Amino acid sequence: MTATPGIRADLYVTCIIDQLYPNVGVSAVKVLRRLGVTVGFPEGQTCCGQPVYNTGFQNQARTLAKRVLAQFRDSEYVVVPSGSCAATIRVFYLELFADDPELLAEAKILASKTYEFSEFLVNVLNVQDASACGAVHKGTVTYHPSCHLLRELGVKTEPAKLLSSVPGLESRDLNGAEICCGFGGTFSVKFPHISEGMVTDKITNVQNSGAETLVACDMSCLMNMGGALNRQGSNIKIRHLAQILDSDSD
Amino acid sequence: MPEIKTQDFSAASVAAIQNPKLRRALDRVASGFEVARLDRVAEATPEIWDAWRQQARDIKIHTIEHLDYYLDLLYTNVTAAGGQLHFAKDADQANEIVAHIARTRNVKVATKSKSMVSEELALNPVLESIGVEVWETDLGEYIIQLAEETPSHLVAPALHKSKEDVAELFSEKLGIPYDEDIYHMAATAREVLRDKFMEADLGISGANFVVAETGSLVIITNEGNGRLSTSAPRIHIGITGMEKVIPSMQDLSIFLRLLPRSATGQRITSYVSMTTGPRRSDDEDGPEEFHLVLVDNGRSRMLADPALREALYCIRCGACLNICPVYARIGGHAYGWVYPGPIGAVVSPMLVGLKQAKELPQASSLCGACREVCPIKIDIPRMLLDLRKKTAESPDLNIRSAPKSERILASLFSSLMSSPRLLSTAVGFANLLQKTERILPFSHLTKDRKWIRNSLVPPLSRWTRSRDLPALPKQTFRDIWNKELSRDDS
Repeated sequence: MTATPGIRADLYVTCIIDQLYPNVGVSAVKVLRRLGVTVGFPEGQTCCGQPVYNTGFQNQARTLAKRVLAQFRDSEYVVVPSGSCAATIRVFYLELFADDPELLAEAKILASKTYEFSEFLVNVLNVQDASACGAVHKGTVTYHPSCHLLRELGVKTEPAKLLSSVPGLESRDLNGAEICCGFGGTFSVKFPHISEGMVTDKITNVQNSGAETLVACDMSCLMNMGGALNRQGSNIKIRHLAQILDSDSD
Repeated sequence: MPEIKTQDFSAASVAAIQNPKLRRALDRVASGFEVARLDRVAEATPEIWDAWRQQARDIKIHTIEHLDYYLDLLYTNVTAAGGQLHFAKDADQANEIVAHIARTRNVKVATKSKSMVSEELALNPVLESIGVEVWETDLGEYIIQLAEETPSHLVAPALHKSKEDVAELFSEKLGIPYDEDIYHMAATAREVLRDKFMEADLGISGANFVVAETGSLVIITNEGNGRLSTSAPRIHIGITGMEKVIPSMQDLSIFLRLLPRSATGQRITSYVSMTTGPRRSDDEDGPEEFHLVLVDNGRSRMLADPALREALYCIRCGACLNICPVYARIGGHAYGWVYPGPIGAVVSPMLVGLKQAKELPQASSLCGACREVCPIKIDIPRMLLDLRKKTAESPDLNIRSAPKSERILASLFSSLMSSPRLLSTAVGFANLLQKTERILPFSHLTKDRKWIRNSLVPPLSRWTRSRDLPALPKQTFRDIWNKELSRDDS
């Protein structure tokens, strides 16, 4: 057992988990609690602003970012079960407030205490082994490293480390793992033909991996890949890492 | 400038995706380059590779920040070596400079080694209009010249063509029997072009680098056509963008290490040619005249914009094209102008105007793979975001061109997301619609009611045309937290 009791962390659940995949949030809370973390949920939280930021509407993004700054001002740690939303807070907020010294200072404080779920477990709670959270998983799994997690946050080894230490879990290699799944937020509906092409390549590789379950740390990417898999009649399940660590609760 | 088709991006990319031949060609070539590049990175070790990239980036930052100084130094040294340096503010001026030289020196035949800038200027038709016969001598360029097409890749201009395509083209245009043996086709091109090198009065080249301290023009090629074009004819004109200047020969070494490795995965290209001035009195051969035309053509706009200045660091290796999952799907022509792929999505809007090319910066999932492979660490995703910001918010109406519907949606979205209560109400309403499926005739649930399929309402319909969308669950996380989860903590 490596967890440090007495740590307080507030969950930034993200809108997609709040509204479409609430069980992922529940699993994240349960796993954190098993590791001795006191979990809070600031109830005024909504969207981090990424959709409007990514489409260039920075004024609207700032409106939403200011709300996030206020909601988590008193947090000791902020844990985000999404590489993409965590990257928005850690990386893009600094760009958004580059010309406003006061808010930039606040954004830097928030950035310094914000962690994506897997990196919080490994780098803050020092979890070396997934059995610390009581995880068990029977079956084969392949992991898709989502782009913002990988390239904006540089989180590469943490999810793999956690997954490979889950008792019973068999990892399968994913060809072209680091190639984007084609989601890209509004990109997926602005250029559906390109996005579909990309997700088709991705799920072909997922299917060829032979895994029963596809795991990632971003529900948006999983929604994209899962939606394409389901349309093709595939039985491959999609799971957030937190669900695997919560012993694959649905 | 060549015809600008950037405004047709959507339609062109749809057509490209439906072209299986294009897909096969893209799969074969671009990914092959990337595999070879990765071998070179591994060979150098990732740590040393990264140090090289940083060193090159530092040189580029320094040079572009002091561009006036280095252009002045270059002018001094090109002149001192007996050459002539011309500055052209736009394509028309650059073309006129070249045309003037051709006219006054009675040029009949010109051979060209590969130059993306001459594509940007659409120089060939200008020369042809004054009666100069122009021959592209890079094999890929020769192929697309015969096919009357434009390059689809920065270093492999005919990447979109299969060997069968080329065999057909050669047979039709050169009147030879159909033969898809690559060696035979290369030999045919070589035979045609060899005569032209000897006939040519004028050799035109691009430049991978121009060195300020010596006034030298540097080109790297694999076919030797560059060396022939720059040394056999009596006049040599080099044409390139003004950002290609680097301070010294010492600086060149790092770029010579990075460029071929990043472009094709080669440790070095077959030819590295450096030209300094025309032939000297004791030289046995070489051109009598050496001209260097440095082109602005919109580059000062990039220079003036701190957010986009680093696009000028690009050495046109094409690594970002080879890794890009969007380029891999649609190829180069869909981008609608000379520079395709991720870097093209930044450079083209800056050169042809953002309003005309507003879709290009949007056509990216912002996955960041381009930044990871760029030998100069150019932050392309950040520049794409900056261009999107300009499209959405620029005070200049010639630039701000996001559709009104998007502006309204963005404002609605931020209002909705600014109020958790409003959001809950909206989600509750959507849930109600979903429950009473009959009043929602435009979005169909699957039988198990877990998925939305075949929605008729955009933007949902643009998602569900090939993907299912999860139906709304009975409760949100917020509901669950309030009902049960919040009390679990002791």
